[in-house]
Amino acid sequence: MLFTPYEVKETVDMFLRYKLDIRAITLGVSLLDCAAVSGTETRRRIREKLLKVAGPLVKVGREIELEYGIPIINKRVSVTPIALIAASSDDENYTPYAKVLDDVAKELGIDFVGGFSALVQKGFSAGDRRLVDSIPEALSSSDRVCASVNVASTKSGINMDAVRRMGEIVKAAAELTADRDGLGCAKLVVFCNAPEDNPFMAGAFHGPGEGESCLNVGVSGPGVIKAALESHRGASFDELADTIKKTSFKITRMGQLVGMEAAKRLGVPFGILDLSLAPTPAVGDSVARILEEMGLESAGTHGTTAALAMLTDMVKKGGVMASTHVGGFSGAFIPVSEDEGMVAAVKAGTISLDKLEAMTSVCSVGLDMIALPGDTSAATIAAIIADEMAIGMVNNKTTAVRVIPVPGKKAGDWAEFGGLLGGAPIMAVNSAKSDVFISRGGRIPAPIHSFRN
Amino acid sequence: MNAIITVVGTDQVGIIAKVSAFLAERSINIEDISQTVLSGNFVMMMMVDLSHGSKPLEVIKEELSVLSKSMEVSISVMHERVFSAMHRI
Repeated sequence: MLFTPYEVKETVDMFLRYKLDIRAITLGVSLLDCAAVSGTETRRRIREKLLKVAGPLVKVGREIELEYGIPIINKRVSVTPIALIAASSDDENYTPYAKVLDDVAKELGIDFVGGFSALVQKGFSAGDRRLVDSIPEALSSSDRVCASVNVASTKSGINMDAVRRMGEIVKAAAELTADRDGLGCAKLVVFCNAPEDNPFMAGAFHGPGEGESCLNVGVSGPGVIKAALESHRGASFDELADTIKKTSFKITRMGQLVGMEAAKRLGVPFGILDLSLAPTPAVGDSVARILEEMGLESAGTHGTTAALAMLTDMVKKGGVMASTHVGGFSGAFIPVSEDEGMVAAVKAGTISLDKLEAMTSVCSVGLDMIALPGDTSAATIAAIIADEMAIGMVNNKTTAVRVIPVPGKKAGDWAEFGGLLGGAPIMAVNSAKSDVFISRGGRIPAPIHSFRN
Repeated sequence: MNAIITVVGTDQVGIIAKVSAFLAERSINIEDISQTVLSGNFVMMMMVDLSHGSKPLEVIKEELSVLSKSMEVSISVMHERVFSAMHRI
C-alpha cells in the first residue's frame, strides 16, 4: 500500500471525527469594469458579470466535494468594494447594489457575497460616505451580503471620524434588525489593516490591487488541532508547538490541493490559502477548547493570551511551509457566539470583554461576534472600535470588530443568531462614558514605526 | 481516478468479501489492499480505480453508505491525492 494504515486513518479521522473541512472557496471578482454613469446600468453590468464569472462556482464546489471526499461548507463570492464601483453614479442610497448582489447569490446558490465595503482609513470619498450611510438598510434588506469598512491602517493611522460614524452605523444596523437580535451587525465588520484577499466572511472583499478574478480558499479545523494535542498531554511547549505546526501543515496541504483544483476548473488563477482555525457552534469545533487542552481550566483565565499567541504563530508556521501563497488572516479566530467553548467561558464568567481585547493582540483577527447590551451607546461602540484599531495599527496586524448591541436585551440575556453564527450570552461593557473622546473626530496619526521608507 | 476506500469498525466475518463483491459488481478494480487493527478497531484500506466504474460516483457513494449501515462499519471514499498532499512531500 502506498500509504501506511496510520497515515490513512489519520487523514480519514480528520474529516470524519474531527470535523476538518474547507470552510469556504471564495471567488474574488473585480467589478471595476462595471462602473457606469447610471446606477441602473452599473447594477445590470454587475449582475451580468457575476452570473458569467461565478456561474459555475457552486457546481465546481460540489464536484470537488464528491470526487475528493472533502466537505466544502460554503461557496462564496467577494467583489471589489462597492463604494469604488457605485461612486461614478448619482445614486445617493447604495442599498440597490446590495440587493443585486443578494439576488445573484440566491440565483446561483452562493452562500455569501462580501464586498459591500469601503476603505476609508485616511478619509471618505463621496462614494465611501454614501456606502457607509447605506449599510444598515442594505444589511437589513438582504440576506447574503456582507459589509466591511476599513477605518485604520498602520500606514495611515486611525480615521476617528469613520470610527465615530461606524459606532452609529452598528447601532442603526442592530435597530433595523431588532426582531432578529440585531442580526444585521453579524454581517458587518470594521477593520484595521484589512487584507485584500481574505476568503472569510463577513470581511471578504476583492481588493483594488487584486487581478480580474481569483479563487481563495479558507481552511478550518480546530477539532483536528485539539485531537492532536490530546495525545500530547503533559508534554512541554516545544513538543506542543511542533505538533500544532505539523498538523497545520497537513491541513494546509489539503486546502492547497482543493484550491488549485477549484481554480483550474473555474479557469481562474489560484489566489491565496487562508488557514484560520475558525470555530463553529458544534461541539468539537472550538478554538477555546484547544486553549483549554493546553492546560487552562477555562478559556479566558490567566495564561490564555500566551496559549493563543503560540497557537496562532504555529498555525502560521505550518501553513507557510505547506502553501506558497498563504494570505488572508491565517491564524486563529476567537468569535464568541460561534464557539461552543467561548460561550461556556462567558457563562462561567471566566472570560470578559477586556480579556478578549487582550487576546486580539495575538489572534489573527479581533473582537468577533460579541453580543452587547442593547442600550450600549454609539459612542461606547465607537470607543471599543477605536481600542481595537489601535491594537492593529501599532502591532502591524489586522484587527477587526464585529459586535452586536442586541436591542432590548441586557447583560446576561441570551442572543440567538442561528446557523453558523450561533448564539451567546450578552457581555457587559464598561459603564463609564467615552462620548467626549469620540466626539473629537479627526485622525489619530500613524505610529512612528510605519515610516519604513 | 484512484481513490482510497477505508472500512473501520469491529472485526466480523466477511468484511472483505462483502466490500470486494460490491466493488466487483460495479466494475471497480482493487489495485491494492491491506488490513490491520489500530487502537482496537479493524481497519481495511483499499486503493481502487474508479475510472471504469459502471455507475456515477455519486450513486456508488450512496450505495456504499447503505452497505456500511447494514454491516455497522464506517466506510469512506477519498481521492488518493488527498493522502498524497498530506503525507508525501
